This record gives sequence, C-alpha cells and structure tokens, in this order.
Amino acid sequence: MAKEAYDVNKMPKKNPLSMQIDLQKFEKATDEEKQQAEVMSESTSFFRDGMRKLRRNPLAMFSIIVLIAIILMIVLVPIVVPYSYSDIISVNGRRDKSATNMAPFTYSKLEQQYIDEGGKVFPHIMGTDELGRDYFVRVAYGTRISLLVGVFASVIVLIIGVLYGSVSGYFGGKVDLIMMRIVDIIYSLPDLLMIILLSVVLNEVLKFDGNGILARLGTNMISLFIVFGLLYWVGMARLVRGQILTIKQNEYVLAAQVSGAKSSRIIRRHILPNCIGVIIISAALQIPSAIFTESFLSFISLGVKAPMPSLGSLASAARSGITTYTYKLIFPALMIGLITLAFNLLGDGLRDAFDPKLRR
Amino acid sequence: MGKYVVKRVLLAIVTIFIVCVITFFTMNAIPGGPFAGEKAKSPEVQAALEKRFNLDKPVGQQFVIYMKNLLHGDFGISAKTGREISDTISSKFSVSAKLGVMAVLLAVFLGVVFGSIAALCRNRWPDRLIIFLSTLFTSLPSFVLGSFLLVIFSVKLGLVKAWSPTNQNLILPVIALAMYPSAYITRLTKTSMLDVMGQDYVRTARAKGVAQWKVLFVHTLRNALIPVVTYLGPMIAGVLTGSLVIEQIFTIGGLGAEFVQSITNRDYPMIMGVTIFLAVFMVTMNLLTDIVYKLIDPRINLD
Amino acid sequence: MAEEKNILSVVDLHTSFTTDKGEVQAVNGVSFDLEAGKILGIVGESGSGKSVSAYSVMQILEKNGSIKSGQILYKGEDITKWPEKRMRDFRGKCCSIIFQDPMTSLNPVFTIGYQLKEAIKLHTNRKGKEAEERAVEMLELVGVNEPRKRIHQYPFEFSGGMRQRVMIAMALACEPDILIADEPTTALDVTIQAQILELMQDLQKKLGMAIIMVTHDLGVIAQMADEIIVMYGGRVCERGSAEDIFYRPCHEYTKGLLRSIPNVDSMGKRLQPISGTPINLLNMPKGCAFCPRCDEAMKICLEKQPPETRTPDGHFASCWKMIQAEIESGMIRPEDASGSGT
Repeated sequence: MAKEAYDVNKMPKKNPLSMQIDLQKFEKATDEEKQQAEVMSESTSFFRDGMRKLRRNPLAMFSIIVLIAIILMIVLVPIVVPYSYSDIISVNGRRDKSATNMAPFTYSKLEQQYIDEGGKVFPHIMGTDELGRDYFVRVAYGTRISLLVGVFASVIVLIIGVLYGSVSGYFGGKVDLIMMRIVDIIYSLPDLLMIILLSVVLNEVLKFDGNGILARLGTNMISLFIVFGLLYWVGMARLVRGQILTIKQNEYVLAAQVSGAKSSRIIRRHILPNCIGVIIISAALQIPSAIFTESFLSFISLGVKAPMPSLGSLASAARSGITTYTYKLIFPALMIGLITLAFNLLGDGLRDAFDPKLRR
Repeated sequence: MGKYVVKRVLLAIVTIFIVCVITFFTMNAIPGGPFAGEKAKSPEVQAALEKRFNLDKPVGQQFVIYMKNLLHGDFGISAKTGREISDTISSKFSVSAKLGVMAVLLAVFLGVVFGSIAALCRNRWPDRLIIFLSTLFTSLPSFVLGSFLLVIFSVKLGLVKAWSPTNQNLILPVIALAMYPSAYITRLTKTSMLDVMGQDYVRTARAKGVAQWKVLFVHTLRNALIPVVTYLGPMIAGVLTGSLVIEQIFTIGGLGAEFVQSITNRDYPMIMGVTIFLAVFMVTMNLLTDIVYKLIDPRINLD
Repeated sequence: MAEEKNILSVVDLHTSFTTDKGEVQAVNGVSFDLEAGKILGIVGESGSGKSVSAYSVMQILEKNGSIKSGQILYKGEDITKWPEKRMRDFRGKCCSIIFQDPMTSLNPVFTIGYQLKEAIKLHTNRKGKEAEERAVEMLELVGVNEPRKRIHQYPFEFSGGMRQRVMIAMALACEPDILIADEPTTALDVTIQAQILELMQDLQKKLGMAIIMVTHDLGVIAQMADEIIVMYGGRVCERGSAEDIFYRPCHEYTKGLLRSIPNVDSMGKRLQPISGTPINLLNMPKGCAFCPRCDEAMKICLEKQPPETRTPDGHFASCWKMIQAEIESGMIRPEDASGSGT
C-alpha cells in the first residue's frame, strides 16, 4: 500500500495531467517578479493592529456605546427633565405631598387634575421616591456622582501610583527597597476596614460649609478620596514599578543615559510612553472598583450627604420598601451593573488588543 | 523556606501593629475622644469610663495600655451597651465565620469547575457563556445581588425563610457572598489553565501517552491552581467585608451586622475593637495563604 | 520493500493550524521514510514545518492544529486512523519524543521519579518497586549520578543538560522503536550539546531504536544522520544520504544553507547568508516556496511547484533547475515535465 502511494521513482515520469511546458519559462526571473511572488503579511503598527482587534471585539464596542449613552444621559437629563434631584415635585407652584412612591409613568392626583385642566406635566419615567422626588432625575444625578467619584478616585490613584512607582522603579537599589516595603505594608492593610474607620473619623473631624460641590457631596466623599489617595494607589505603584524595571533594561534607555539625558526626562520621554497602555487599562478598571467602594460605603451610611444621591445610596435607600417598590432598586442596580460591566468589558477588550503578552 | 516564613510573619506583625496605631489614633482624633457617646452620660458614668479607659492619662500612655489590654484579649466595653466587646465578638463571630467558610468553599468550587470548563472549551460557546456570566456577576455589588435574591426567593416565591436564630438557613446569603469571588476565580482559573496548557511539560505528558483526563487533572490543574491559592487571602478579606452588608440585608445576627450597627450608632470602642479583630483575622489569613502557596510550589527552594 | 525496511513512512502529509488570521499551512505534502535503527535528520529554518511534521507523527499538535490529509504508516498501519486510545499506547511505547527546551519540558511540581515512573507504569506492567528500579536504571543509563537520590528531587534541582538526560531517560524507558528528537540540543551550552549527542548515539547503538533528528543545526545533522531531508516552507526540497546532501547538494536552498555555515573550504572567505526572510505561511507563493529568495529563480519557479526529481547521483530534489538540466541534456522532453502547481 505504501509503495503505491509513495514511490519517488515514479514521480517525475509521465503524468496524465501534464501540460506543455514553454521553454521560455526557464528564463531567469527578474527581481520584480520575485517580489510579486512573495506575499508579505501586511505590516501594521502596534497601535493600528490593536485598534483593529478592538474594533472586531463586539463586547468592547458595545461597552463604548453604552458608556457614551450613559454620559449623554447624565449630561442631558438634568437639562431636559424639569425636576431637580433635591426638591419635592410641585404642581403649579404647590408642593405635591401625595406624589410619593409613584410607579413609573404614573401621575399623582394633583398632577392628574392639572393635566385634566390642560396643563402639561413631564412624565415620571422612573416614578418618584419616598419623599416625592422624581426618581429619573435622581438616578441620573446618582450616576453622575458615582461616575465622578469613580473617575476622580482613579485619577488620584493614577497620579500617586505612577509618581511613586516610577521613582521607585527608576532609581532602584535602596530607594526602591524602602519604598517597596512601605507599599508592602499598605498593601497588606485591610483596605475596606481602613476606609470605614477613616470615613467615620474624618466625618467627625472635617467640617465643610458653603455650597461648593465638595460641601454638597459631604465629608464622607472627601474622606473616600483621601482614603483612596492614602491606600489604593499601591496596586498601581507596583504595576508601574514592574513595568519600568522591565523597560529599564532596554538598550534605548541606556542610550539616553549615555547621551546625558536627565532622569526625569528619561522617565517622561522613554519609559512612561512604553508602559502607558497597561497603566491606562488598569486605571480604567479602577473606576468600577471605586464605584463599588462608594456604593458599599453608602450602604453602611458612610456615603454621599443627603439629599445628593449616588447610585449606592439610591440602592441602599430602596431596600426599605423593596417588596412593594422593587423598581426603585432595579434602576440604580441596573446603572451600577451597566457601568461596571461596560468598564470591565472595555478593559478586557483593551487588554486583549494591546497587551503583547497575550499575543500568540 | 524558614527565612521566608520569618520575614512574612514579621510583615504581618508590623501590619497588625500599624492597624492598631491607625485605629487608636484616628479614633482619638474625634473631638471628645473615642469614648464620648452621643447620649450625655451622668458625670459618674463618665468618670468611671474615663478611669476604665485611662482617659485622664496622656495619649501615648493610653495607647500602651490599650495595646496591653488587646494582648490579653480585652477590647474594652461598648459605649452603647456597656458590654464587653470581646464577649460580643466571640458570640457573634461564629455565625459570620460559618457564613464566610461556606461562601469561600462554594466560591472556590464553582470558580475552579467553571474556570476549567471555560479553558477546555476555549472560544466555543460554553467558554463565552461562562466568561460573560462571570463578567456579569463581577459587575453587581453583593448587596444588590443579595437584595434581589431576598426579594425573589424569600419574599416573592417564599421558597427560603428569612434567617432567625432558630432558622439558620444560610443558602441565599452564602450565594450572595460567593458570587463575586467565584466569578473572579473562574476568570483566574481559566487564564491560568490556558497558560499551563500551553506549557511544554503538558505536551511532554501527552507525548508520554498519558490519558487526556489525567493530563488535565494531574499535570495541568495542579499547576494551574497555584495562582488561585494566592487569591484566597484577598478573597477571605472580601467575603468578610462583604458579610458586613449581607448580614444586614438578611438580618443575620453576625459580627458584620454588629459592626455596621456600631457605625450607625457611632459606638467608637466597638468600631475600634471589631476593626482590629477583623484586621488581625485578615492579616493572619493572608499570612497563611502565602505560606501555603510557597508550600505547594516546590520551586520556592530555589531562592 | 517499504513494509519490511521502513518502520515509519510519512506520505504526502498536510498539517495546518487555524488562527484568527486564517489557516496556516505548516506542512504541505511532506513524505519521508524511516528505516528501523537508522537516524533520519530533518533540517530547516524556523517555520519550515519540521517540528510540526514531528508533532504530527505523535499527534500532539496544539488544539487548533490538525492533520488535513496524508498517511503516517507505522509498520504498515496508518496511525492517523487510529482512535485516541490506541494513539496513547503508540506515544511513549512505540514512539517517544524529546523536546527542545529541557527547562520547561518537565513538570515543575512533580519529582523526577514520579514523572519517569508515570511513563513506565503506563506502558509496561512494572509497578511500585519494579517501576522505581527501572527509573533508577534508566537514569543510570543516561549518566545521571546518584540516581537513587535524584529521583526524589524536583526538576528545578537539575541543570539543563541533566534535565535533557532525564527527558531522554523518560523517552527511552519503554524501549520505543522510534525516538523523535526535536532540536534536543538547541537550548543547551555547546559543551553540553556534544555530550547529549554522544549519549544519543551511544543509546542508539545499545538499544537500536530509529531516531528522527529535527534540527536547524547542520553540524548536528552531519555528525549523526544516515538520511537527511531538507525542508522549506512546509515542503521537502531535497532528500538523500548525509553525503549526498553535504557534498552534492542540488536544491538552491540546500546550497544556500551550506554556504552559510563555516567549513574547511570556506576558510578565509566570507560566509554567504541566504538573503530575504522566511516565507509567510499564511500566504504561500503559488510556485516554489523558496523562489522569492532564490538567486537562480526562473519564471516557472514563480508559477508552479517543482516536482521531485532524481538527481544524477541518485538522491532527490524538488527544483526546476534539475528539470531544466534534464531537458537540456535531452533526458526528458519538455512536455513530460510537469508540476503540481495551482
């Protein structure tokens, strides 16, 4: 059997499919012709290849669309909807005390009366809360606050972590050793417990007056930011340090050193651009984790100051009437879920697209 | 190995000490000191309290005394109820511990099983489904999940009765607590499995003629689970802090609910005591996971 | 004749991998024979399909790779048709493999003894003490000192050369008929390389198995192989005895390879590397895979794959230059020359 299938002696002999071969074909081929035969894989830059991968990832694209929609919502809703997050609904200048805990798209007696008289009432898309405030506006505001907290916290983490990590990683030696011992200790602190503790204390110690955004957010949020600044940057610092230690070994860093570039310039121009991708992905993933922390604190009454809503405090408040007014939990929960899901999926997508370690 | 353990234990001790320092001094920064409750106490009680906690002495000395008492297991007394905090902790922690252990076991089991399935079915629908679900579950805070579970299964369907000292049914709270870590372990296991499956030694095992299932369970899984072990410490911490809210939602009389209660009550000695207790517990768990990790990975002897 | 002499025949093997960029045809119609007790060398640069050919024989390809067509005949039976269970017995018992990197080829969390005994228990009926004795015996055979102590150690306690010895011991523990060595010395120091090659030759004489030596190192091949096949772009360019290949190369690629390594004749001259880059397996050229880099390329090379031709001294090469020479000398008529292009 083997003999039939494979016998080299037979191969060059007559072949029924044989074609006439033009002797001209035995002329030498030109370089140009050779180049045409060589089909190279199209060369792409790292960035372009990554973007192509990202665009082909439906989940990542979906996340981007969801995030854009959410941002549009939190910008537009307070402009379009004629209610405020803190005021009880009033009809024709009169406070409507009966308009509490209304289901989505229903009207109170007063409102119904007003509509019957020919007035126009903007529908309560998500109903009202237990104090008679429009829930849609509150959810939109809550999303705004939660996103703000998330972004702000991750910016704090980003700045401190990158500064600390790059100094530690770049200088190495004793500086690195001491700085990393500090990181080790902070890292092993039970962070959430420390946040609770500091929030409790700072709440008593810090007093904000006036009408600024900080005062309206309340001391709890300030303490949350402080705690993030004190504790949460260590993960980022470790990441940056690790990246820098790897990049530092590259010859172009040595070349820059030899040509007399200052340390700060080398960090800024040569090292950071090479690890910026990883850093940004990890900062993006910090946002949902900060939103989680905020909602957790809101739940144990250490969140934003009333009447300012956040998604966490809305969800927490919704628990009191959860059996009858389940929708009040569903809306903020849905928003938290959507935001975190979108950031997580986007982060995964970015990592798949840009992390060279995953490339095969 | 011995050197590593010593180093690791030292770090744990330093951490615990720092937790104590932070806790004590931040609490002291509160106007009126940590033992000023909301309600006005009679001068006698106030004086007795001050004597009990040595508030008449300088702060440094107070700290030394507090630390000494801690070493003897004396956490002081609650500003609200006047009961010994250590009693409260010892009576309530067993409930939380039971809840926590069950949640950790469930999370590890689900995570490893589904993570392995996802890795084996890479890029096919079971993988995509599992990874999508696990992403979904990491996107919901445990208290939201817990509230929904409570409404659906306990209130609407009436399947599971709410927790009470006589009916200690922990199914729903355990699920609520385990979902996030199990989703995380699923992803961790998958990544690590894929990594190990691409290793040369797995190919060696196949080339030896080892059966597929044995390659998986003996040669792959054991190596793949090493990173999962490192997550055990943070997971235990996460489950413990998670139980703060979960116990509140399911009205379970554990240490978590007690802690949250003391925060709303501004019961500072209680907050201090429970924080330090939980912190010591978490740091110890972290220490243990790190040591176990080094034990199951023989490569440690290299350094 | 093939059934008697050849322990392994690979016939027109096609193996490809599905990736997200498309199908990569790593092996494109490779055929070779391995005689019992002989050493066959497979030479080629990275990506020439030599390792994939070897893995195809063992059927230990990555999940996304599969044998598309062709036969692999072991003692006359086509093992590509064997069920997985039978293949498991084939691996390790009939045919073993040692890999390129001994540092990563042993499982770090099991002792050397465990990994050796696992192979022994799978394919022989030795158990417990007997299996351990066999493991010790094998370690002794490959020159590991104090084998009784060392079987209780973990891979990280072994040096690279020692690990490769362990790999060889493991591969030979069940006395296979065929040993595939996939670049067994590439990851080792030069001095260790020589030791390992010597050990393999020794063992081959003692145990009499056939060896398929996959390498890009022509020096290794020259030292060991009886027969050589030269691969490029997943195809065989030239096959013949070691002497034929080294002294009478016919394919332009083989010639290029030989020009690019130093030898006595090239003393004082510049080495000539092969210009250009290895081909992209995703987009195979229509004609000869080597033509874009070939200095002698003709128009026909670009259009059609060259058929395998017997060279004047009796070995085989797939090159249009050969056909051209034959046409010019009148040995064959142009209309008989055919290719398997398109």
